[in-house]
Amino acid sequence: MSSEPAIVFEGVVKRFGPRRVLDGLALSVAKGELFVIIGPSGTGKSVTLKLASGQLFPTAGTVRLLGEDLGALGSRALAKLRRRVGYLFQSGALLGWKTLAENVALPLAERDRLPPAQVEGRVRAALAEVGLADAGDLYPAEVSGGMVKRAAFARAIIEDPEVLFFDEPTSGLDPVMARTVDNLIAQVGRARGATCVVVTHDLAGALRYADRIGFLKDGRFLQVAAPDAILHTPVPEVRAFLEAQRVEHRP
Amino acid sequence: MTLTREPIEGPVAAAVAAVGRTARLTAAALAGLPAALFRRDCRATFLRQLYLIGIGSLAVATVVALFTGMILGLQLGIAFRQFSQELMVAFTLSYAMLREMGPFMTGIILAACVGSSMAAQLGTMTVNEEVAALEMMSVDPIRFLVVPRLWAMTLMAPILSFYTCVIAFLGGALVGYTQLNIPFLQFIGQVMEAAEPKDLYVGLLKAAVFGVLISGISCAVGFATTQGAAGVGASTRRAVILSFLAILVGGYFITRFFYVF
Repeated sequence: MSSEPAIVFEGVVKRFGPRRVLDGLALSVAKGELFVIIGPSGTGKSVTLKLASGQLFPTAGTVRLLGEDLGALGSRALAKLRRRVGYLFQSGALLGWKTLAENVALPLAERDRLPPAQVEGRVRAALAEVGLADAGDLYPAEVSGGMVKRAAFARAIIEDPEVLFFDEPTSGLDPVMARTVDNLIAQVGRARGATCVVVTHDLAGALRYADRIGFLKDGRFLQVAAPDAILHTPVPEVRAFLEAQRVEHRP
Repeated sequence: MTLTREPIEGPVAAAVAAVGRTARLTAAALAGLPAALFRRDCRATFLRQLYLIGIGSLAVATVVALFTGMILGLQLGIAFRQFSQELMVAFTLSYAMLREMGPFMTGIILAACVGSSMAAQLGTMTVNEEVAALEMMSVDPIRFLVVPRLWAMTLMAPILSFYTCVIAFLGGALVGYTQLNIPFLQFIGQVMEAAEPKDLYVGLLKAAVFGVLISGISCAVGFATTQGAAGVGASTRRAVILSFLAILVGGYFITRFFYVF
């Protein structure tokens, strides 16, 4: 992990109409760090992720991604920056009329316009990495939610991005599949050195792979700390969250 | 052009922003023709859209055109019979269909059958975050989704409009033969005689413009969808209504431009 920040939030306020979702949020995620955002529903976790990836822009404050002020970038510069970023959406967001393999191939074939032979090899390798070597020809509607998530995971990592965002990567998955996805996140973060920001409710999973965990409530981080410190937190809201999930640290 | 957008407060500002977004999206898609022709995936979608728009609308267009021709033939026949000018039915039908009714009916059929489907599909993709996923992959949703749809609609609308006119003439000729005692070939001959090249060209141009308007509006409305399944339904309805209005307003100005000035 580098001391250089990959993502920086400075005094970020985000409002939707009269509703203030983020209220002066400050955050710095180092390059290569595995940072997990937890917290109750509706506290702005996914909004934070969308701000960090340039899908939304702050009402006030600054968001920097890989040294670039996202609010100051034009469409082209933003698209160029996004080439260095992977994003796993909560639903997987695969295109329904394309097979899993075609979905995974999208960034290579559509954006980079690589020759089909080259695309095929890399897609096969990416699908094998997430345990879907034999499912490439199936359509999203023909496979389980877990397989959709894993295919979306393969699509997010196929270009070895420097930063990866995961929005509820284990929601709706059975515990075994959830652990598989957790292991994939840890593997990408550790083996490839990518900066990972994960939004999840699955604290047990987060404790296994996170470098730091941030507890978000009412538009601010109540606590940002290493997993051990979170487990022994003095903050009542975080304590309540832990107790609700009855989490024990089992590395 | 990024589709990521923030909600705009105030109905007037939101409406102006929506018009601006639609115009920019349409202009960007029109400029993207090379992508539709030369990029493999885009070309495949373009051909699929040509099929869906052309073949998919053919049955509806046939029925609507046939009965429109028959109704117009009958009504005009009843009127002209009072002056013993039954043959004027063919002349009038030729003017009406080539100049206005052909492109107008085609536009209405395409807005209802294809524009609604475009808005629903892109709306569903938007609420399912598939469009956001494309943007996050730096795949331009306009080039990937709008360009093939808009160009397929723009090319297919004049063809369908011409087909609609031909079927309406046949419907008129059928009524002329069975109700007004006008020989079939004589009716068609009168239609051909009345048809001015300018009427045909302006009619086809009008249909092409309607194709641009319908697909541009439908795609823009689809991309602006929010609030899940209910939002998709609302977008579909909005796309059809706005397309109908655009067809009427656009049709008036094209007619005025070519026939008044």
